[in-house]
Amino acid sequence: MDITGRKLFVKALQEEGVDTVFAYPGGNVTDILDELYKQDVIDVVLPRHEQGLVHEAEGYARATGRVGVCLVTSGPGATNTLTGLADAHYDSIPLVCFTGQVPLSLIGNDAFQEVDIVGMARGITKYSVTVRKREDLGRIIKMAFHIAATGKPGPVLIDIPKDIQTAAGPSEYPSSVQIRGYRPNEGVHVGQLKKAYKLLRAAKRPLILAGGGINIAGANDKLLAFVEKTQVPLVTTIMGKGAIPTGHPLYVGNSGMHGRYAANIAVSRCDVLFSIGTRFNDRITGDLNEFAPKAKIVHIDVDTASISRNVVVDVPVVADANVALEKLLEWAETKDTEAWQTQIAEWNKENPLEMRRDHGMTPQMVFEHVNRTFGNAVYVTDVGQHQMWAAQYLELDDWHRLVTSGGLGTMGFGFPAAIGAAIGSPEKAVVCFTGDGGFQMNIQEMATAVTQEVPVIVCLFNNQYLGMVRQMQQFFYGKRYEATCLRRRKGCPANCKGPNPSCPPYTPDFVALAESYGAHGIRVEREDEIQAALDAARGFSDAPTVIEFVIASDENVLPMVKGGNPMSEMILK
Amino acid sequence: MKNRWIALYVENQVGVLAKVSGLFSGKSYNLQSLTVGTTEDETVSRMTICVTSDDITFEQIKKQLNRMVEVIKVIDLTDVPLHMKEILFAKVLNISAEEKQEVFRIAQVFQVEVTDIGNDSALLECMLTERRNNELIALLRKKFRRIEVVRGGAVAIESISTSCR
Repeated sequence: MDITGRKLFVKALQEEGVDTVFAYPGGNVTDILDELYKQDVIDVVLPRHEQGLVHEAEGYARATGRVGVCLVTSGPGATNTLTGLADAHYDSIPLVCFTGQVPLSLIGNDAFQEVDIVGMARGITKYSVTVRKREDLGRIIKMAFHIAATGKPGPVLIDIPKDIQTAAGPSEYPSSVQIRGYRPNEGVHVGQLKKAYKLLRAAKRPLILAGGGINIAGANDKLLAFVEKTQVPLVTTIMGKGAIPTGHPLYVGNSGMHGRYAANIAVSRCDVLFSIGTRFNDRITGDLNEFAPKAKIVHIDVDTASISRNVVVDVPVVADANVALEKLLEWAETKDTEAWQTQIAEWNKENPLEMRRDHGMTPQMVFEHVNRTFGNAVYVTDVGQHQMWAAQYLELDDWHRLVTSGGLGTMGFGFPAAIGAAIGSPEKAVVCFTGDGGFQMNIQEMATAVTQEVPVIVCLFNNQYLGMVRQMQQFFYGKRYEATCLRRRKGCPANCKGPNPSCPPYTPDFVALAESYGAHGIRVEREDEIQAALDAARGFSDAPTVIEFVIASDENVLPMVKGGNPMSEMILK
Repeated sequence: MKNRWIALYVENQVGVLAKVSGLFSGKSYNLQSLTVGTTEDETVSRMTICVTSDDITFEQIKKQLNRMVEVIKVIDLTDVPLHMKEILFAKVLNISAEEKQEVFRIAQVFQVEVTDIGNDSALLECMLTERRNNELIALLRKKFRRIEVVRGGAVAIESISTSCR
């Protein structure tokens, strides 16, 4: 018996095991929402803005490993998803985003709320397509979930014209799908991997660089076993942080622009860099000519296009991290790396990761308290200074995971992503670190958090500036703080050099703002108030809490490498 | 930097051409020509693509094409025996009777057809290699005041026992 497209849509989602759809209504998806109303297997979460919606779906996907599902209307509903799709694409997050579209007969006519969203999303999705025939709907939805979740995961956009939603057609939802142009890499070239392992075995100063691919593949246990067996020290990218527990003696720290001194020096001095699941982004390499100059480089990645793009490698291996590590574990032998470990420990002693303590409350103090406070938690960050501090100071292990916008660096990501993470994993505490700039980019999602009753704890670092850029202006632009002061008003002098007693008051009042939404708000200005605030927030299980940590405006992220400079040239003070 | 050729089998679907050409503009790859048409299987299109690039970029281009869901197969035609031809029409305008004779002589030398003619113009229909077409255009440009050229981009297929590129 034939059924409508909208009925098949809901059936498809149920068969895919979808439990949550992040949906914002509009003229061209109302049919589907009407169908969702009639069932109670799938929860429909209503955000307050479609950008927030996609980040929520991302947070859900990043925290659970399941596909995040979005549903928005045509036109502005669809265009508002683009930033989130680009973010998910860059960080390999599985999403399926359904957009309503004007009826087929109106496409191309400049109909109300018509945009060519597939054309716009093409470069920032793994796959995107408009459903043009009702009989294709089931197969296309099946394809979408398959493509989003397999290989190197990513977002898929499916555009469904309104008349496809209402047209009758086949009721079957396929159980599998064959795509002749899509064959994710499932094996590993053993010869190539053996070559890679031989290099590692012969190395005097070997170093493993773990990227986000480890966390995506869930290869953490295997990596830990490999590291412990071989005794090879390990550094991570920001997306790779938590690849092995940060407290492990063989974990050196993050490498890259704001990485740990010892980690960057280790990369520049190692003789074999054994990298897994990283794209060698410019934030990791700095000046390419000076990147790991003494090292033979091994690169294991599931994406062939990530290999030998930025860094020319000596042994490329195309494989999923899990598959490669499983094989490597069969061969792994213990190496004597003690001298090398001692050397790295000395570098770390020379320049440890530390903020000064004579300066009032610092972000480091907040992270120290957080590390002591939460048991089973998902940490989510926005983008900016606080993100780098989180990447530097958070302790991660099997019970503590980090969700962050690493590739695209999307301000406004953190708070909605935390809401999505909390919806996906209600058994865990979700702590969101954000700044006063980024928080305001999707602050409307306060209403979503309150209505969804998710007790997200927002640690808001308020330094009254767009701090990451302020820091660049301080170091590289002669302290000309253009467009970074969030207190600045019309009456301020043109050439302001920084905060002074005549500065106008800050707006908004974040505590009052949280309370106006029905959330909890706490302001913290001194170190001795941190723990009480965190404890109070943990006690609230009905609604989110915003803890505003008022920190110094001139707090910087250090160490720091200027963009394009060698990673060994770090600004330390 | 040199010219390289790719044969690309893709799904014959709406938007695939835009996706493939968008890759070249989005990633600043230097696209020389791109032709597309259906194959013996009407669900599959085959593109012949010419790019100018260095070795590393070319490897990256092939990988980027390969990871597209709509791309079925990427074949590097750069160093394989081929038959490669490009269709070209060249209209020579404002010519005297004497110049028209010259057009016929050129057609004879290049082994192309004069396929249409008027009082003061002639149309050449050429199916030559890209390089030979370039030479023909250069010659026409030198000899005549006004020419109008339209070219189709090269199409190529792997050789059976002889080759011509």
